[in-house]
Amino acid sequence: MSGADDDALRIEALESLLVEKGLVAREAIDAVIRHYEQDVGPLNGAKVVARAWTDPAYRARLLADGTAAIAELGYGGPQGEHVVAVENGPRLHHVVVCTLCSCYPWPILGLPPGWYKEPAYRSRIVREPRRVLAEMGLALPPEVEIRVWDSSAEIRYFVLPERPAGTEGWSEERLASLVTRDAMIGVAKPKPAAEASRG
Amino acid sequence: MAERDAPALDSAGPAAPPRRNGELVFDAPWESRLFGLTLALHAQGRFAWDEFRQRLIAEVAARDRDAAGGAGFAYYEAWRAALEDLLAAKGLCAGAEIGERAGALAARPAGHDHGHPHDHEHAPLHDHGRGHG
Repeated sequence: MSGADDDALRIEALESLLVEKGLVAREAIDAVIRHYEQDVGPLNGAKVVARAWTDPAYRARLLADGTAAIAELGYGGPQGEHVVAVENGPRLHHVVVCTLCSCYPWPILGLPPGWYKEPAYRSRIVREPRRVLAEMGLALPPEVEIRVWDSSAEIRYFVLPERPAGTEGWSEERLASLVTRDAMIGVAKPKPAAEASRG
Repeated sequence: MAERDAPALDSAGPAAPPRRNGELVFDAPWESRLFGLTLALHAQGRFAWDEFRQRLIAEVAARDRDAAGGAGFAYYEAWRAALEDLLAAKGLCAGAEIGERAGALAARPAGHDHGHPHDHEHAPLHDHGRGHG
């Protein structure tokens, strides 16, 4: 089999067979897709980050037990077990990959972007992270150490970025508007204060 | 990267495709059906997630080697192969059965209405011009 049309036919065939066998219900499949397309996305992670920026006790809990801390905000489910937050600092930058497949903390970041699954990112970010980050638009000064974290079924990492300057006294909601998916993977910084949405 | 060459689509309103920081979650409807099918089967207790993941890792590795040789990398094809292998190993659905059913579906007359409206519901999300990467 090759090509998208063949894939589409084969998946349709598989689905109809499994439904006929009573192994799965079409409504259950529809519900999963709706959930991941509409309900789960990086906004969840952005709220986690904004809470950590404004509440030192929450930040400490997040760094101690990521899974429990995201559950406090109501986030959990498949691929939400064993979530570990790694915190950026002025001289330390974290970036996350899954070298083997595409392990990713779905409940807080949604499903991974296409490039996260591509062999180029999965292999090169480990070998030459500084160069790959620069190619992706994040040029880090040489004095900043880069640590690459390989997510797996056992541990799924996400990055707690540094709070942007000029955001003192901001609400969590406004702070969350600065936190992008890419910032939580570690291939970008949060947006600067000037790009916040009002609110 | 990918979001920069994403097609121009409505980004707000009822016709807007779901986006995740400017990127569609799936490139094609069959990818979302495959994803939903896999998670629904797992939720039903048909397999342990790691049984699937180990097969996915193997299929991804095989396609990494192909990609290094210049072939395109198709993540959800790896996912499909992993799921089919797992279902065959569990005795839940044999590969030959799937091929036979796919052949029957392919033989449908053009313009058929096969009573599975999901493809059509999702059609606005599908950009036929966009491949992987």
